[in-house]
Amino acid sequence: MSTTIEPTVRVETARRQPMPPRERLETIFAVDGLDAIYSGKTAVKGVTMEVYKNLVTAIIGPSGCGKSTYIRCFNRMNDLIPGFTQTGTIRYAGQDICGSDVDPVAVRRNIGMVFQRPNPFPKSIQDNVAWGLKVLGMKDDLNDRVERALTRAALWDEVKDRLKASALSLSGGQQQRLCIARAIAVEPDVVLMDEPASALDPIATQAIEQLMHDLKSEYTFVIVTHNMQQAARVADMTAFFSISQGEEGQRYGELIEYDATERIFTAPSDKRTEDYVTGRFG
Amino acid sequence: MSAQGLTGPGLRVDRLPRRRRVNRAMELLAWLAAAIAIAILAIVVYSVARRGASELNLNLLTKDPIPFSFGNQPQGLANAFVGTLVIVGIAILMALPVGILVAIYLNEFAPAAIRNGVSMVLDVLNGVPAIVIGIFVYGLIVVGHGQSAIAGSFALACLMLPLVARATMEVLALVPNALREAGLGLGIPRWRTTLSIVVPQTVGGIVTGTVLAVARVAGETAPLLFTTSFVGTQTHWDPHHALQSVPVAIFELSESADPQDHARAWAAALVLLIFILIASLGARWVATRSRAKMAAR
Repeated sequence: MSTTIEPTVRVETARRQPMPPRERLETIFAVDGLDAIYSGKTAVKGVTMEVYKNLVTAIIGPSGCGKSTYIRCFNRMNDLIPGFTQTGTIRYAGQDICGSDVDPVAVRRNIGMVFQRPNPFPKSIQDNVAWGLKVLGMKDDLNDRVERALTRAALWDEVKDRLKASALSLSGGQQQRLCIARAIAVEPDVVLMDEPASALDPIATQAIEQLMHDLKSEYTFVIVTHNMQQAARVADMTAFFSISQGEEGQRYGELIEYDATERIFTAPSDKRTEDYVTGRFG
Repeated sequence: MSAQGLTGPGLRVDRLPRRRRVNRAMELLAWLAAAIAIAILAIVVYSVARRGASELNLNLLTKDPIPFSFGNQPQGLANAFVGTLVIVGIAILMALPVGILVAIYLNEFAPAAIRNGVSMVLDVLNGVPAIVIGIFVYGLIVVGHGQSAIAGSFALACLMLPLVARATMEVLALVPNALREAGLGLGIPRWRTTLSIVVPQTVGGIVTGTVLAVARVAGETAPLLFTTSFVGTQTHWDPHHALQSVPVAIFELSESADPQDHARAWAAALVLLIFILIASLGARWVATRSRAKMAAR
């Protein structure tokens, strides 16, 4: 039996536009020394990285490395968890969004989120998209906005004849695309996606990847995935997180390597990244 | 053989018949317990119906009682039914908003320590005997202001409040967190998400809890004796005066010397029972309907 292990992931360069050179990239998030702690237990430690505008940035890593915790720091979603604290800073377009004087509602207004499991409101398909618009006062051309959002989420053709039907009557993949439509309808700058395809079949997954690809000229996407192929397909930049062990044996998530996706998958500079992307670990 | 086809090394077939017997016996016991519960209700309904049937007619609901009547003029307990309607109605108006808001605060906004503390206080309040509440309201309102239907409503509201709040908390806890996150993730304030997404999910449960609370307090006598029992025989709607109520009327009629009064007391009890039955069925219907609405269409 051969001992060499072929890379299991191939980076699809054909579908991807070449990434602009680094110096032309605009930083949208600057994360500096971020620690995320649940009731005294450190989940993520010392993350420093920059997320660039109009790119898809993937966060990959084994289960328990704090990917979800980390992405939820970007829109203060962890505020909802009792006992959660974080130190370090995240600057969004130059502005610190972690301070207690920053309104998390305003942060989330700019930085939308799509969750792991589809979570449509128990309302009609139309109202799922329209409710946020109405509450946020984007009432002009409401129907047009709903149609545009659904079209961008590649769902319009499937639901245009039954907009008044319950969103819960849709399939899982359709529900997730509805959640994406709902998130982009209110025109955030960034869309965070926490394993958006983990509960979906390959066709629905492909639809979601395609729409990320199509929409990234207008939005910035940050996507958590434990599917390396998915990261290789959609992401321009990839951050690899892993579980490290502290001196007293405590385990925490840590950013190991952050680079262009192509480099992460073909020429990683860290041994742990290489082990992970070649399937030797995780 | 009962254990045919199940034999094999290590399989303790020898105990199988015994296990079956124990299973049977336990099933029977459980069935019996259920039967006893139903039987008690059936006996209560039957005995009330049998004794009250002779006076159960439209007059009971439409005619006022006639004091010291020796003739056979038709009379009823209209004043008591109207009084109970007013007293319980106002009690709902008092307890429902407060109960729901308490539950929303505790479940959606309060830190865990406050939630646990206040939940315990609600449980204690729920365990306070009705007569103690009656004395409390007597000392608080009746002394100095005199009896009134509002005082009675306030006493009943004190009894309803923990029931409504606890029932609402329970249904709020059933709303999946993913729905809250969905609203908040859109950049929508928490109060708005709570109001438009979370609370509508719980309407069925709130209605059920309220109806159960109403059913519980509609038959309360002790607090009303203290707060709204010195009444005449005429129908009034004004809650600023003491109003007759069904449980107090039943209590008073049961002390009467006239057997016809006794029959009327039974009939009034029967009406109360029927009302509670209909209310419970209605609540069930609302709850099922709202659950069906939540699920996929």
